[in-house]
Amino acid sequence: MLKILKYSFYDLMRSRWSYVYFLFYLILGFVLLFLNNDVDKAVITLMNIIIVLTPLIGTIFGVMYYYNSKEFTELLLAQPINRRKIFMGQYFGISISLTLSLVLGLGIPFVFYGLFKSAAIFNFSLLLVVGAFLNFIFVALSYNIALSTENKIKGFGYAILMWLFLAVIYDGVFLISLIIFNSYPLDKFSLAATMFNPIDLSRILILLKLDISALLGYTGAVFRKFFGTNIGMFISMSLLVLWVVFPVLRMNLKLRKKDF
Amino acid sequence: MKCKILIFFLFISFTVSAKQIVVCKSCSVKTIKEAIKIAEDGDEVLIKKGVYKEQNIVIDKAISLIGEKGAVIDGNNEGGILIFQTNNFKIKGLKIVNVGLSYTIEYAAIKVIKGNDFIIEDCVMENVFFGILLEKSKRGIIRNNKISSNRKNEASSGNGIHIWSGEEMEVYKNEMFGLRDGIYFEFVKNSLVHDNVSHNNIRYGLHFMFSNNNTYHHNEFRNNGAGVAVMFSKFIIMHHNKFWLNWGAASYGLLLKEIYDAEIYDNLFEQNTIGINAEGSTRINYKNNTFLRNGWAIKISGACYKNVFAKNDFMSNSLDLSYNSNINDNKFDNNYWSEYTGYDLDKNGIGDVPYRPVKLFSYIVNKTPEALVLLRSLFVDIINFSEKVSPVFTPDDLMDNNPLMKRAND
Amino acid sequence: MIEFKNLHKRFGKLIVLDGLDLEINKGGIFAILGPNGSGKTTLIKCLLGMVIPNKGEIFFEKKSIHRQWAYRNNLNYLPQIANFPPNLTVIELINMVKNLRPKAANSEDLIELFGLKSFLDKKLGNLSGGTKQKVNIVLTFMFDSDLIVLDEPTNGLDPIALINLKEIIQKEKDKGKTILITTHIMSFVDEVADEIVFLLDGKIYFKGTIETLKKQTNNDNLEHAIANLIAKQYA
Repeated sequence: MLKILKYSFYDLMRSRWSYVYFLFYLILGFVLLFLNNDVDKAVITLMNIIIVLTPLIGTIFGVMYYYNSKEFTELLLAQPINRRKIFMGQYFGISISLTLSLVLGLGIPFVFYGLFKSAAIFNFSLLLVVGAFLNFIFVALSYNIALSTENKIKGFGYAILMWLFLAVIYDGVFLISLIIFNSYPLDKFSLAATMFNPIDLSRILILLKLDISALLGYTGAVFRKFFGTNIGMFISMSLLVLWVVFPVLRMNLKLRKKDF
Repeated sequence: MKCKILIFFLFISFTVSAKQIVVCKSCSVKTIKEAIKIAEDGDEVLIKKGVYKEQNIVIDKAISLIGEKGAVIDGNNEGGILIFQTNNFKIKGLKIVNVGLSYTIEYAAIKVIKGNDFIIEDCVMENVFFGILLEKSKRGIIRNNKISSNRKNEASSGNGIHIWSGEEMEVYKNEMFGLRDGIYFEFVKNSLVHDNVSHNNIRYGLHFMFSNNNTYHHNEFRNNGAGVAVMFSKFIIMHHNKFWLNWGAASYGLLLKEIYDAEIYDNLFEQNTIGINAEGSTRINYKNNTFLRNGWAIKISGACYKNVFAKNDFMSNSLDLSYNSNINDNKFDNNYWSEYTGYDLDKNGIGDVPYRPVKLFSYIVNKTPEALVLLRSLFVDIINFSEKVSPVFTPDDLMDNNPLMKRAND
Repeated sequence: MIEFKNLHKRFGKLIVLDGLDLEINKGGIFAILGPNGSGKTTLIKCLLGMVIPNKGEIFFEKKSIHRQWAYRNNLNYLPQIANFPPNLTVIELINMVKNLRPKAANSEDLIELFGLKSFLDKKLGNLSGGTKQKVNIVLTFMFDSDLIVLDEPTNGLDPIALINLKEIIQKEKDKGKTILITTHIMSFVDEVADEIVFLLDGKIYFKGTIETLKKQTNNDNLEHAIANLIAKQYA
């Protein structure tokens, strides 16, 4: 598996898009830090970008890589290698190279800026951790979609739809249902609804650090427990891990019966 | 000659009356009560090192009560400790501990009833019910004291410095924590509160009720249950205070309720659940304040008229402003908003596009508090944007026409 | 060497293999023929473990290949479409495949033979279809395995490369290898194949030498003989 990982990784690391992605974050980081000099604001803007963009890029890279390397995958399948390892290798190759683009792209400007002296280091590393999780989650989800859809165009469409659903539509439905059922106690519902969407989950994780003063304005006991203690952080983190584990498991399950 | 004798006698009587009474375990005067009994106006009672278990010490003479280092009066949790019913007294350097708890009587470490012209300084009060309680008094100075308790709820706790009906008081450089209210003013006029630190109190760090013409400045209010409350008062000046880390469902940096004609300037509100909550507050000028990383920088809950917000910095708050109605009679001008995305083509430091500080999302959160979990979601940004383009739910005339491009109070 | 037993495979409603039985002995060149959609590629992919049959079993050197992968070390496969990671260079790809198989490889001679030397440092994405196919052939033949599976090996090759390919195939055969080929070029079959396996409707319709086929159909021309086979079926 490590060999496949290595080759997928090198392959991606050499593609133009990885550089574009890396440069994008690099420029973004420098612009945010050196043009407005306000770390708090930079972290907030970064959060908005990371939460929307990393899932999108992860999704696109995932399906694109799967379909583009289909024939090559077939060549690998004919080699004496366990097919599970081939796909796990590719999966980790993509996820790691995307994560590296993110971490280096944003990390370099922050190091230049003197992040290690600043108090924002924790918030910033949290952002990177969440971004990495989102990469792993969305590459896994898009690989699942690609594995289940033979048609490239359809697969691409489904993947983008999934992203659109999780990034925008889900929250819209969520907000509307909150408004409609206004008169019921909603704290458990709203927390649960957050857990079922990895983007919301990541957002909450960052909010726990950035906007804790607002979140503590809630009256519900469940909220207070969730936001006021480390429980919230712990639960969200473990759920993010599950969001990686389940799609990967499903991928392996699908692979057992998949014809190429 | 007669005149000389008179002067001589006056001199004698002066030196005699200004005698010093020393209290200690091995002295002839062993208790504070005994000392008070033999003291006369103008005397100094010096309390030597040691623990004195006494309660309800009534002082009705104009004396100075001075504590040596290590002098402790222990009330044994049975009632109040020092009760002054006199003018022109002074108390200094004492440590007073363990005031009794009562649900009917306001026991205090130091209680002053109808006393004028006094100084309370350098005292440490621990495990108190009420710390310093002044009733119907004037011209007192309370400085450099440290008052604390460890009570768990509002009902079983008292206030640090509690003034009921007073005038021309000056309260400064004190530290209050673990109490109900750090400082409580009710019917107090023309008084000054400055350079105090009030933190970790169960209710308010500072609380004004029906108290007009007071000023407080350079104080720090941190991590109190509900911040600072100014209620039913007029002509209060608040400046250079720091309100921070007041977190909770009903927590504010500053709560304004039914107040008129106040000046609020050069204050810092940092990381409070709500920076300022204003309810029925009219003719108030908010100038040069900094709101940094609060949940809500300002929440206007109703009936607030003719307020002016100018030259304030709103930076990285979860929500800058919340209105519970779409009527606006307040003016926002020349503030810095970190979320402002406009431009300044003529380079005059003022953005060319007005800024709308009330977002649709803050309106939704007012109606459905749980919606707050969607803060900073892409969907919320989209609906905020559409509301910005054509306001329906938020006051359409509420905007800052001259938003600053750079901070006003850097 | 290879045994297919009662192999069934369906893609949705379409039945591709329908109880196929086939035994292939060690040594010789076998051409797997059949009209489009007769299941040639599916059969090969079943053997490679890329397609999982609904029913039936496949034995490779007397061992079932179900959920196995190590047996593929003794098998070389030339896929139909050569599409490689566009960012790798030719030499990197060759080294990578070498790296992936725990087996000695001899690529130098083949690279020489197909004139790929000047392409070694080019990225695969920039190569023409024919050159890619040459790389594909190098990757297939550089290992010494008992079974060689070629899916449409002649695609896009120029005449010289084609001659080279035929030579290599002959050489491997002489070493006693078993070679499976699918192709539509009958002259190629006529030239290289020892035996023909003719697939129709998911079953083996004919298995035997070219001579037997020609005799059976009374036809001297292989192309016509095959056409005859199909026509008989539909008659």
